[in-house]
Amino acid sequence: MSWFEAKAEKPKIPPAKALWAICPRCGSHMSKETWKKNGSICPKCNYHGRLPVRERIAATADEGTFEEMFREVSYSDHLRFHDASGDYRSKIEATIAKTGEKESVVTGRCTIEGHPVVLGVMDFSFMGGSLGTGTGERIARACEAAVAERRPVIIFSASGGARMHEGILSLLQMAKTSAAIAKVKEAGLPYISVLTDPTTGGVSASYAMLGDINITEPRALIGFAGRRVIENTIHQKLPDDFQSAEYLEKHGFIDRIVERGEMRRFIAKMLTYWGF
Amino acid sequence: MATKRAAKMTAFDRVKLARDAKRPHVKDFIEALCSDFEELHGDRLVNDDAAMVAGFGTMEEFKVLILGHRKGETVEENMSANFGMVNPDGYRKAMRLAKLAERFHNPIVTFVDTPGAYPGREAEERGQAEAIAKSLEFFSGLRTPIVVVVTGEGGSGGALAIAVGDRVLMMENAVYSVISPEGCAGILWRDGHQAPAAAAALKITAADLLELGAIDEVVDEPAGGAQKNRKAACAAVRKSVLKALRGLVKIPVDELVAMRYKKLRAYGNFYK
Repeated sequence: MSWFEAKAEKPKIPPAKALWAICPRCGSHMSKETWKKNGSICPKCNYHGRLPVRERIAATADEGTFEEMFREVSYSDHLRFHDASGDYRSKIEATIAKTGEKESVVTGRCTIEGHPVVLGVMDFSFMGGSLGTGTGERIARACEAAVAERRPVIIFSASGGARMHEGILSLLQMAKTSAAIAKVKEAGLPYISVLTDPTTGGVSASYAMLGDINITEPRALIGFAGRRVIENTIHQKLPDDFQSAEYLEKHGFIDRIVERGEMRRFIAKMLTYWGF
Repeated sequence: MATKRAAKMTAFDRVKLARDAKRPHVKDFIEALCSDFEELHGDRLVNDDAAMVAGFGTMEEFKVLILGHRKGETVEENMSANFGMVNPDGYRKAMRLAKLAERFHNPIVTFVDTPGAYPGREAEERGQAEAIAKSLEFFSGLRTPIVVVVTGEGGSGGALAIAVGDRVLMMENAVYSVISPEGCAGILWRDGHQAPAAAAALKITAADLLELGAIDEVVDEPAGGAQKNRKAACAAVRKSVLKALRGLVKIPVDELVAMRYKKLRAYGNFYK
């Protein structure tokens, strides 16, 4: 018969995407198995890949100690926002159904190598880790809980910035969370900010950059404005390592780049120095 | 009157008005509000950012610190002030002088009018994100009254960095948004020309923001907009600022700072 029917009968081969992982930083190809086995870290360039929120919590908290708080706080569609591709409510409800999470940050208490802390972990796969009213509310409550329980605050950020779909109130979460962080410091408690890949826009311009120490993982992207926006503004090509963890450390905005395998130990050690 | 006009104007009409070069800018407000003004320069670290105006002035019975984004009327004026787009140095200058104002109990009045914080290479290298973050943290706890007036474009984080205060006023045709309508349209509509649709969806007008609890008061503008009668527009702002200051200076400073935290804390708290 005709050629296209013959083609249709071919056995199904899984698409390349299902088998291969590509490092977003250096472009190396490797099997998904290799990527996963290596803890989502590129064996070639040491880029520390994005971790799903529950994996990050498992990798950070002492086993079995994480108690989630403020799970009842979720998004708000006060603008009844819709754009060309549909409405915000359906989009975020689909994300909630897919991820099982109700906001872009998960907050709770746990211990890290025995040190009691309040932990917040952002999830880039939840609406790009965007800062919505629910995100800001969870972070503010986490800070207040830390003050009440005299625990240090540790926040792992991963975000593209404020959540446009929630308009001005999303922007104002930057002020709300920064004020809440100030309360933690005022209470004499430390705040360690871990900026993971990527942390940009309104999140980098609020609580993520306010750590008593700011730490990050190798090759993470950290910045305020996007590379393309800047290139279009200044009509110049930017260096390849622009807005990388290493670049920020060089310019003085990051205290330390910490390997993922060392993260727990490093955080615990810093807390020890300060008597926590 | 303001409500009647609002019905006829789209959000994007107001975006255009908010960006009108003939609108009063920080220089006009300072002239109208202060009987004297002495500008001060520099962040004491690397630079003086011309996009951020800072200085002390006298406003009736008050000795105030004025902070504001600088925009101009002509292209030359705008170029010299980077079109009101502040670098980290500008936010650091603002904080340095605000700290001084706190020490000598000077209330602070800020004028917000910027397309956004400057997206430049050096801005990133000198920590644009950190400078904005630090401003938010800093002003949230500053022990002196702060009155904010959004006078034109309230462009995202670059605006918010000097918009944390005890009383937030907004001129009738000003806009204040998490992202520019063009930026939002480019991302969510994949077409920058859909900016009018994005402007409507984002709810960025003074009336919208009042309803959302994001601001405290709308300052009415003369018929046709502030650019038609700058003098009247400045007089209206002056009246509202003075009223706000007279109320705020009566509040003991501990209470004032506690109230400010409560106000920030209430933004978008839908989960009692």
